[in-house]
Amino acid sequence: MTETAVAHPTEPAVRKATPGEARAPRRSGRRRIALPYLLLLPALLLELLVHLVPMLMGIAMSFKELTQFYIRNWNEAPWSGLDNYTVAIDFDAPVGQALLKSFLTTCLFTVLSVGLCWLLGTAAAIFLQENFRGRGFLRTLFLVPYALPVYAAVITWAFMFQRDNGLVNHVLHDQLGIGDSPAFWLIGDNSFWALLIVSVWKGWPFAFLTVMAGLQNIPRDMYEAAALDGAGVWKQIRHITLPSLRSVNQVLVLVLFLWTFNDFNTPFVLFGKAAPEAADLISLHIYQSSFQTWNFGTGSAMSVLLLLFLLVVTGVYLLLTSRGRKTSDV
Amino acid sequence: MAAPRSFLWARRIFLTLLTAFVVLPVYVMISSSLKPLEDVSGKFEWFPSGLTLRPYVDIWETVPLADYFVNSIVVAGAATVFSVLVAIFAAYAVSRYTFRGKRVFTVTVLSTQMFPGILFLLPLFLIYVNIGNATGIALFGSREGLILTYLTFSLPFSIWMLTGYFDSIPRELDEAAKVDGCGPISALFRVIVPAASPGIIAVAVYAFMTAWGEVLFASVMTNDTTRTLAVGLQGYATQNDVYWNQVMAASLVVSVPVVVGFLLLQRYLVAGLTAGAVK
Repeated sequence: MTETAVAHPTEPAVRKATPGEARAPRRSGRRRIALPYLLLLPALLLELLVHLVPMLMGIAMSFKELTQFYIRNWNEAPWSGLDNYTVAIDFDAPVGQALLKSFLTTCLFTVLSVGLCWLLGTAAAIFLQENFRGRGFLRTLFLVPYALPVYAAVITWAFMFQRDNGLVNHVLHDQLGIGDSPAFWLIGDNSFWALLIVSVWKGWPFAFLTVMAGLQNIPRDMYEAAALDGAGVWKQIRHITLPSLRSVNQVLVLVLFLWTFNDFNTPFVLFGKAAPEAADLISLHIYQSSFQTWNFGTGSAMSVLLLLFLLVVTGVYLLLTSRGRKTSDV
Repeated sequence: MAAPRSFLWARRIFLTLLTAFVVLPVYVMISSSLKPLEDVSGKFEWFPSGLTLRPYVDIWETVPLADYFVNSIVVAGAATVFSVLVAIFAAYAVSRYTFRGKRVFTVTVLSTQMFPGILFLLPLFLIYVNIGNATGIALFGSREGLILTYLTFSLPFSIWMLTGYFDSIPRELDEAAKVDGCGPISALFRVIVPAASPGIIAVAVYAFMTAWGEVLFASVMTNDTTRTLAVGLQGYATQNDVYWNQVMAASLVVSVPVVVGFLLLQRYLVAGLTAGAVK
């Protein structure tokens, strides 16, 4: 503390720094510049090894005719230009058609799942904002789906959706008498809804957690002022709580979108290696078309297309939300 | 301020339904894990007629569950420790220094969150195999390879969250430590790390859960001796039969450690999110 005081004893409180001045007095300037890079080095190396280099390799692979013969030595695989891409997006041929169908299924699934997760999470967080008996218990209980390992939770749902010995058909068919015969949930068209329910069950607590954290940043006196003005609870939620959550929601929705769109674990555990057509999410679809047919070139091209799509959506989203923020500040 | 009736009723109904939705699978898991095989194979029963602890004994025999357990603990534990350490260094650099390329770094690291795992599964597999052939370090199929992979999964979120958390710690604290003779690194560990411990616990919980629950890489990158619980749990389904009672018992056994740990530490996660991520 004394050092800073001694260094500029008569400095005025506000002054303009001249260029280069900040660096000059530091004796260990070099080390200081190197230090942040050294601190970042482990993270950088790990990201390079596990994410960035593999991603670049994946992009390179998408331009090659990569079949099982070349898998140990992928560099030798013949160059195929855009062939993999034309196969992937030829929507008249079976491969492209299946990819398009899977993509559209994933879009619909993601919109529904993110929407429901957000809705349940936000409503639960708002209802648990005020103190009442049992609030702490519910807060903890609601985090259980988030804490359960994916495979344990999804296996349990798979059991509940069994046609003959599952809870869902027991309730719907045996107890409520819906349908002539017990329905199939893990094959056929119903599988979409089964997957959606599992995804929402597993995903909404994250929205709950995030919104709950966001609510703590809203100053209490805003509510008090509103109450003095005669605004009831519902009005306060509409005019204070929800608008204050804007920036939290912007991040939350983006994160939920990316996680849901890329989700592999849920369909993989629920359906096994091949999902029914109605619930054929894109990650599992690409996995299946790469590893079942051993056509890694096309699989890579599909992955790159998926990545491009996510990049564009994220870019547009960030652009729109940041512009929205600017105009609302004015 | 008294809440109106409409609010109280809406709250009551909503919370009741949501509780039922949350609890249902947990109830199925617990009750089915206590049923004999004939019962879980037949029609579902809300109340088990013949309670038995047999599945809890059998799960260890049907598949080598204990080995999978050890693998999962080693992999998730090591991935957590290293990931948190690496994230602390990186977040410290981002939070406390201005340097060239800072923005590029944060954007790059965060955007890796966006990559579909499927895009780099095969390349990573090939890299690990090639490293193994070139140096003799077995990354493919080994615990080390899985640790390395998992520790990067939680890294982007951890760095992001810890940067926010470190930003909320007044700079005067580490300036004072430096004046007292601490170097930047010892200032980090003596002042910032203790002050940010809730955030660090939150990040550790997140990293552990990510590693404990991962399925895709676990199913491709492990072999018989390194298999984790994520893959091992599928062993209760044989060609003829699925031992649902054992599946449920095993699910419960592998869940209890993480769920209890998480619920004990959850207030840190909320605190960490408040300070770090939600800004």
